[in-house]
Amino acid sequence: MPELSYREAVRDALSRAMREDDDVFIMGEDIAEMGGSMGVTQGMLDEFGPERVRNTPISEMALAGTAIGAAMQGMRPVAEIMYEDFLTLATEQIVNQAAKHRYMSGGQLSVPVTFRTQGGAGWSPGAQHAQQLEAWFVHIPGLKVVFASTPSDVRGLLWSSIYDDNPVVFFEHRTLYGLKEDVPDELEPIPLGQARVHREGDDVTVIATGRLVHEALSAAQEAEGEGISVEVVDPRTLQPLDEETLVDSVKKTSRCVVAHEAVTRMGFGAEVASVIQYSAFDWLDAPIERVGAKFAPLPFAPVMEEFVVPHANDVLAAIRRTVGRNGN
Amino acid sequence: MRVAKVEQKGTLSDADLRDFFREMLLIRRFEEKVEERFRAGELPGFLHVAIGQEAVAVGVCRALEEGDVIASTHRAHGHTLAKGTTPNELMAELYGKLEGCSHGYGGSMHLYDVERGNMGANAVVGGGLPATTGAALAFKFRGEPRVAVAFFGDGATNIGTFHESLNLAQLWQVPAVFVCENNHWAESTPGWQHMPIEDISQRAVAYGMKAVKVDGQDVEAVYKASRKALEHARSGKGPVFLAVETYRLVGHYIGDPQVYRSKEELQETRETQDPLDHLRAKLELSDDEVEEIDREVQEIVDASVEFAKNGTEPKPEDALKNIYA
Repeated sequence: MPELSYREAVRDALSRAMREDDDVFIMGEDIAEMGGSMGVTQGMLDEFGPERVRNTPISEMALAGTAIGAAMQGMRPVAEIMYEDFLTLATEQIVNQAAKHRYMSGGQLSVPVTFRTQGGAGWSPGAQHAQQLEAWFVHIPGLKVVFASTPSDVRGLLWSSIYDDNPVVFFEHRTLYGLKEDVPDELEPIPLGQARVHREGDDVTVIATGRLVHEALSAAQEAEGEGISVEVVDPRTLQPLDEETLVDSVKKTSRCVVAHEAVTRMGFGAEVASVIQYSAFDWLDAPIERVGAKFAPLPFAPVMEEFVVPHANDVLAAIRRTVGRNGN
Repeated sequence: MRVAKVEQKGTLSDADLRDFFREMLLIRRFEEKVEERFRAGELPGFLHVAIGQEAVAVGVCRALEEGDVIASTHRAHGHTLAKGTTPNELMAELYGKLEGCSHGYGGSMHLYDVERGNMGANAVVGGGLPATTGAALAFKFRGEPRVAVAFFGDGATNIGTFHESLNLAQLWQVPAVFVCENNHWAESTPGWQHMPIEDISQRAVAYGMKAVKVDGQDVEAVYKASRKALEHARSGKGPVFLAVETYRLVGHYIGDPQVYRSKEELQETRETQDPLDHLRAKLELSDDEVEEIDREVQEIVDASVEFAKNGTEPKPEDALKNIYA
């Protein structure tokens, strides 16, 4: 079993798809010689050449829209949007075009495009290079949305996204790129819409995405020492959402914490909380707790940034509140 | 400057041009009928007709080869008919019927006919330009001798997608043709208020793209310029920008009172810039000949209304289909 970092796992999925299938190609800013701003596509230019590892101008509308046009002709492009903050520049194309061509054409078209992007705080990039905007795209019928938190997940989910016949917005977390894990030689595709139970527990379910999966796991470890048994579930695909796994888990534990790095207000966790309260209302023994960033743009100064985004201790505090300990 | 001169000599036969006349008249009568049925309250949504711009749709689309694709705009009826969608399928779409070319999901501003190479009309100005570059990129990847063609107006040349798409198309030398229908109005805003230059082709020249100026009221000129542009793109020499000078002889939308435009100017434009008048004069068609063609296309248009009215209403819950593949 080779050990792959999250970064290498993304590269592995892209490279395998491109080896197998001439219709798959990647495009984005600085992805060729430079290997991407996060080094994800390093070495791919040498293997696949400049036609299929296609550097683009700083031109997100055309980058996204060209990928859409190629996808409508049956290619399977993977467009890298360097920072998810820059999705704002491509949003017209993703929201009005990619998401709606199939619908507006009455089912005549498919748009099998994947938009890879990344973000995440923890290194003081400031307000325009680390936002977590996944919730925006979950709101758009016609898009699928993926947020992977481990090397094996990111590899299997990216593969499935490339081969999905719908547009997928694929979120990666910047601080996870160095995370390593043993993965099988064979790439195992992970179906979109399937949550992963990372850790089983009896008292509280933490439903977390991205970096917060790892914060939740470390909070769960801590809680165990206090006699609280925590289950950690990562939806992995935000749209479609594996409601069944999430609801079943809460029906078992009767308590729920939702956790993500994005701003709490109108965050993805709000939707999850709604799903849980509706489907597991009679099972709940405590209000659903929400963990997310405070309602502020990301500040530059490390102490302020640290204050704004959530960490394991915030998840732990929420867990404790659901079981009525150290409530505040 | 790399703006080529438009070749004026014709090689189309009279029979070809008569056929063009018939198609342009069909589009004209179709849109007049659309206007009439809209005012009668039969058509939902809102509608934009391209009366005055028929020669552009016909001239460009007749120059296309099998396998070429187009992306259209909110003013799409002419392009759609010229690309081969039947009047019945188009009218049924405007009535929101399942038999419509977008099966009732699109409407006037979202006309698709993928099998016939119509990748969709776009209600976002400039929205279809990046996908045109992308389609052309796919053709280049696969070594297919196909061309992707975008229609858009002068108003669209101010939006970012226009500039980004032209830049990328030229940079990557993809087989695309960008057809700018300069009708001098961005909705109600005249060209002089939205563009600091007079020669719109300069915008393409700025990207190093071959640009050609065309008289959009002369269908033969449009056809010939399109043939050349398509051949250029298809042979791998890169994209072409067609700066087509045309006129919108009606308002922005059906019912537009056109308070921004003087009645005299409109009247004069109608009298001097109607592409059907131009072609009729060129072909020296008699009143009887025109009447005969007119009768024939009117029947087709009337039949399309009947077809549409007798079409199938979607079920409300059909709204939940076709969201995902």
